[in-house]
Amino acid sequence: MEAFGLLLHGFAVLLTWKTLLLMMVGLVLGIFVGVLPGLGGPNGVAILLPLTFTMDPTSAIVMLSCIYWGALFGGAITSILFNIPGEAWSVATTFDGYPMAQQGRAAEALTAAFTSSFIGSLVAVLLITFLAPMISSFALKFGPPEFFAVYLLTFCSFVGLGREAKHKTVISMSLGLLLAGVGMDTVSGQLRMTFGSSELLRGINFLVAVIGLFGISEILLTMEERLALRGHAAGISLRVVLSVWKDLPKYWVTLLRSSVIGCWLGITPGGAIAASFMGYNLAKRFSKDQESFGKGRIEGVFAPETAAHASGTSALLPMLALGIPGSGTAAILLGGLMVWGLNPGPLLFVEHKDFVWGLIASMYLGNVVGLVLVLTTVPIFASILRVPFAAVAPMIVVSCAIGAYAIQNAMFDIWLMLGFGVVGYVFKKIGIPLAPFTLALVLGSRAEDAFRLSMIGSGGDMKVFWSNGLVGSITTLAIVLLFWPVIDKAISGLGRMVRPARA
Amino acid sequence: MSNTELEIVVDDPTAPEDNSPAVVSTGVVDVVVSLLLLALALVLGWDNWRTGASWDSTGPQPGYFPFYLSVILGGASLYGLGAAFVSRREAAETFVTRAQLRRVMAVFVPTLLFCLATQYLGLYVASFLLIAGFMRLVGKIALWKSLLTAFIFTAAMFVTFDVAFDVIMPKGPLEAALGR
Repeated sequence: MEAFGLLLHGFAVLLTWKTLLLMMVGLVLGIFVGVLPGLGGPNGVAILLPLTFTMDPTSAIVMLSCIYWGALFGGAITSILFNIPGEAWSVATTFDGYPMAQQGRAAEALTAAFTSSFIGSLVAVLLITFLAPMISSFALKFGPPEFFAVYLLTFCSFVGLGREAKHKTVISMSLGLLLAGVGMDTVSGQLRMTFGSSELLRGINFLVAVIGLFGISEILLTMEERLALRGHAAGISLRVVLSVWKDLPKYWVTLLRSSVIGCWLGITPGGAIAASFMGYNLAKRFSKDQESFGKGRIEGVFAPETAAHASGTSALLPMLALGIPGSGTAAILLGGLMVWGLNPGPLLFVEHKDFVWGLIASMYLGNVVGLVLVLTTVPIFASILRVPFAAVAPMIVVSCAIGAYAIQNAMFDIWLMLGFGVVGYVFKKIGIPLAPFTLALVLGSRAEDAFRLSMIGSGGDMKVFWSNGLVGSITTLAIVLLFWPVIDKAISGLGRMVRPARA
Repeated sequence: MSNTELEIVVDDPTAPEDNSPAVVSTGVVDVVVSLLLLALALVLGWDNWRTGASWDSTGPQPGYFPFYLSVILGGASLYGLGAAFVSRREAAETFVTRAQLRRVMAVFVPTLLFCLATQYLGLYVASFLLIAGFMRLVGKIALWKSLLTAFIFTAAMFVTFDVAFDVIMPKGPLEAALGR
């Protein structure tokens, strides 16, 4: 129950007018970003990050995480009212959400979406509250070999379990790791891959890359689409909210199932997209009346939304406990931590108790405040879509430029951002995933340091990664995951060879 | 409640036509990107080899880790190159149509000009020009609306960053003339 006491302390840190105000501002900005076409969670957090540079870390993370919750809530609005998923993980929400809106049950669908998002996040936050301190205190015993093994596990699981073509994931990841190494080498002080350029001396900043990859490239991609909208307006009345909530206990199995799927896929790098589809499909499979899915069934909104939000929230667990982000947005928040001078990882729980528990408490509060806020302000936000994209696009470009420049006060970074925008556009179109790149770029130098420190410790002997049970099993697991598709094929191949023999 | 009728309708008059001819196919872009990545891998690999990619008395030299990463990157791009040549099916897909490219360029070129302008005129002047120009020329929005929106947005940014939060942005001759 130590966690509980610390959590109460966290609430005490938060309950000041200033923090609550920041929370509201963050949520509003987040919903705004979530509703706008072509912008979503990671982009919003990346673009608005510079606003927080001058704040103290606790206020900054509270505001940023609220932007994130807001964006998650906002994505559901466009999915249901306009059949436009704001994010890939809202795609499953449109299956039943939009038909409901067409039948005039938009308010019901929205309430269901917001409520289930809230429940999903809440389950994940509870998990974080009790699991994160345990994992981090366990991880305090980790030495460099263990850390490298965990990083290796993260990278390998992306390659082995990702849905994209394997070589494309490898390209994206190795490119990220390489770019993370540009600049001054932290161990020897030597310059690497700078080619005599004084601008590259600082290295390639993670956030600059992210703003380009997610902000600029997203605008380019959005412009390719037809931007016409036809949607329903909706106001939510208290009566509808209460009637949906009254029926909520009937769906407890769906909600629980989706929460568990979401939490699991959020911690492992499976991600919110997989979680939302899996939540939806399982709800459909276990339903007695499968035909009615896709025609406006409220469960079809509950299932994917709960899973997506549970996953989006629990992605923060490995980030807090181990310093390894479980999603793109978590990676950006991690980048933020470094800007504010905090070192992510298990030590965070020891050295910055106020910060960590403030953040966890803000997840609870942010979700409650967010739920109330979206339920009351949906009509206003839906009408934001009337603002022409020609006015929104240049404003986003300017915000991106401000963000990129503010990080290091360098004009070169604005050009770098533009370059990454083009790279992101091309990569997305030919199917090179950006998430492994982001992850590699933010973890690169720490993975390398862990590798070199363990090599120095062992005198260059690779056996150090199998030197005890813990590090040995993590390393082995990493290698198994890396070759998982091959192993999977081999097992099913063997199975096929055995079965005909029996028959 | 009977709000089944559509209540929010936004049109997109300049949307790219669906039947626009393809400019380039995905297969070609795939090959070009693979070649570029391969070249990058070679250059970075060579640079790290020069820095020192072997072991010395204390452990791996600074170039060791990135050198092998360049090898992996090079290998994966070679594989991608091979895969692109083998699978002709994906290769025929359209990467971008002419109409789409025109729209993308309508954002990219102004963004490029904006970056240039930022370098010489400062960020605030450049952003005023970008927003007003983009709204007027690309969005065909009334001139007074464009100018007003651009001014309000730029002013809000200036107040937020320069005055309230003390985040310094690149400035040009106009700010100098105004004494900021």
